[in-house]
Amino acid sequence: MMIVGATSAIAHETAKCFAKDGAEFFLVARSPQKLADIGNDLKVRGAQRIETYVLDVTELERHQEMIETAITTLDGLDMVLIAHGTLGDQQKCQRSVAETLKEFTTNCTSVISLLTILADYFEQQKRGCITVISSVAGDRGRQSNYVYGAAKGALSVFLQGLRNRLSKSGVAVVTVKPGLIDTPMTAAVKKGLLAASAKGVGEGIYRAMKSRKEVVYLPWFWRPIMLIIRTIPEPVFKRLSM
Amino acid sequence: MSFLAKTHHPRSWGRYPSVAPAEVQAVYWRSEIPDLADFEHPLLPFAYGRSYGDSCLNEGGVSLDVSHLRRFISFDENEGLLCCEAGVSLAEILELVVPRGWFIPVSPGTKFVSVGGAIANDVHGKNHHKAGTFGCHVTRFELLRSHGERLICSPYENPQLFQATIGGLGLTGVILWAEFRLKPIVNSFIDMERIQFSSLDEFMQISAETDRKYEYTMSWVDILIGGQNLCRGIFMCGNNDQSKSRAAQKPGKKLPLAIPFDFPSFVLNTLTVKSFNELCYHTQFSKRVHKVVPYEPFFYPLDSIHNWNRMYGSRGFLQYQFVVPFEDGFAAMKEIIDRIRRSGEGSFLTVLKTFGTIQSPGMLSFPRPGITLALDFAYGGRKTLQLLDELDKVVRQSGGAVYPAKDARMSAENFQAFFPRWQEFAQYVDPHFSSSFWRRVSHTNKLVTV
Repeated sequence: MMIVGATSAIAHETAKCFAKDGAEFFLVARSPQKLADIGNDLKVRGAQRIETYVLDVTELERHQEMIETAITTLDGLDMVLIAHGTLGDQQKCQRSVAETLKEFTTNCTSVISLLTILADYFEQQKRGCITVISSVAGDRGRQSNYVYGAAKGALSVFLQGLRNRLSKSGVAVVTVKPGLIDTPMTAAVKKGLLAASAKGVGEGIYRAMKSRKEVVYLPWFWRPIMLIIRTIPEPVFKRLSM
Repeated sequence: MSFLAKTHHPRSWGRYPSVAPAEVQAVYWRSEIPDLADFEHPLLPFAYGRSYGDSCLNEGGVSLDVSHLRRFISFDENEGLLCCEAGVSLAEILELVVPRGWFIPVSPGTKFVSVGGAIANDVHGKNHHKAGTFGCHVTRFELLRSHGERLICSPYENPQLFQATIGGLGLTGVILWAEFRLKPIVNSFIDMERIQFSSLDEFMQISAETDRKYEYTMSWVDILIGGQNLCRGIFMCGNNDQSKSRAAQKPGKKLPLAIPFDFPSFVLNTLTVKSFNELCYHTQFSKRVHKVVPYEPFFYPLDSIHNWNRMYGSRGFLQYQFVVPFEDGFAAMKEIIDRIRRSGEGSFLTVLKTFGTIQSPGMLSFPRPGITLALDFAYGGRKTLQLLDELDKVVRQSGGAVYPAKDARMSAENFQAFFPRWQEFAQYVDPHFSSSFWRRVSHTNKLVTV
């Protein structure tokens, strides 16, 4: 399997589950040092094979080459998990077009680029599973993080369409929508009662991939919460400070 | 499934004292550690908060949360040599190595401790008489000092820092990773015996007779019985089961219980403790019981109740573990048990064990040959503190020591008497590191009488 953003805490937790099953990994991330740390860990936990690839996902022109390398080194791809992302700084984005577009590239455009290339491969192969970590933030725009939310929202819609297209070829597309998770990405965010551990979410993703789910909220209670949040009428919602 | 994230307020297991650091700094990657010399306050590593007292607390300082450094680095399955980051818990190690025929060499009473903590407190277990402390099995580790140096420490490289860091209470720098030897097992079960005893004499007798035969020994004791017998209890001893046919057998998983809230403080009192003890002692109908059990209930009976520390309510509790040498130890033990009984403070979970002669490389290591007793007391203010001060005196007179990992109150004078190498150790304390415990016990303004 291929994991993009392999050094993210959630991706690592999911990978640990697959490592126990003896999976072969093609791990992609920016930092060679962190990739080595994660690779060694998965190897000890039972991974049959570890290949690493250093890539900054915003270098879209390198995506084709990276995916081809993954396919040739692993001799095919059964599963892909795309897990990279940045939380971004909403205030900074509001003041800067460049910052907003940068967030979009990392959280949305780069994923769409990867998916566009991967979709053809999986469609021809007629089997496999593509899993992408989106976010509950993409379910409704809120003033506190709508740039991040919009990027994830676009991603969720893209995945809906892709799932519709690839279901004919027997390929599963899993959209993962985590709520607030306690990870290095959210280290600066104040956590309430609802913050979940990366371990539980990572294991949830593993189960979702195994059972080829469509859209999973993790932890599960975010599904009813987001249902309520989505049904609040806009005239009311716009007055709330969320 | 554990969806709930852990909170970030460092607390020790005894929940006394309740003091806050000025700052909590999480460390996520070995390659991305902030410059330690830049912090204004003194630093102390912290992972899962399983030390009982204040040795893991750093009031007004920086608590360096290393619990995210939890990756394995390498595992030589032929040699049983495991290398992992310091925040990996023993629970995670067991999950990985037990199915592959290995076990941790020395295990404390809970598996929810980090490897870094196991080294920093040089923890011991039921096999001390056969295997020594955890530090005896550590082959090397990497230590990050505040001026940025990363040192490999082993018996051959930086041997002084190696010895200072084992049992060094996190004061010599941050352990980033460690390598240690595991022990081979045939299956995950323990072949055990439970023997009732009705006096301290009888305990000593059983202990002498079983120490050679059994790898693991410990006893649960009731010290509130009074009279000449001093205590009664159940002696537990076991060996790793050797039957190959059991290797494929998996012990059933029990869901852990949890104590969801702090019990009101009246729940645990002398009366309830006495009835609990009565019940425990009499659950066994015959003198000797022999059976084969999964390793978890044998090693970690309390881990099956998450947050058992909440039984003591929000006031918290004090653990008190001491060792007295075999010579004169009996008299000291008698006096201590008498004093506790007279004080009316009941100890709910009391554990008695003998330590063997295997010496740890650690300068401040606690275990030494003798009898060790671990007690816990609900924190009852000055009365409890006074009692423990009195017990310190008895321990000191007998030439024994009190365990820093469980302490929250011993005086500087007593600490310095218990650990005569403390000044040698102090030279290796990192200038930017300190703890609430260390500030208390390293006072030198008072006259030291050893």
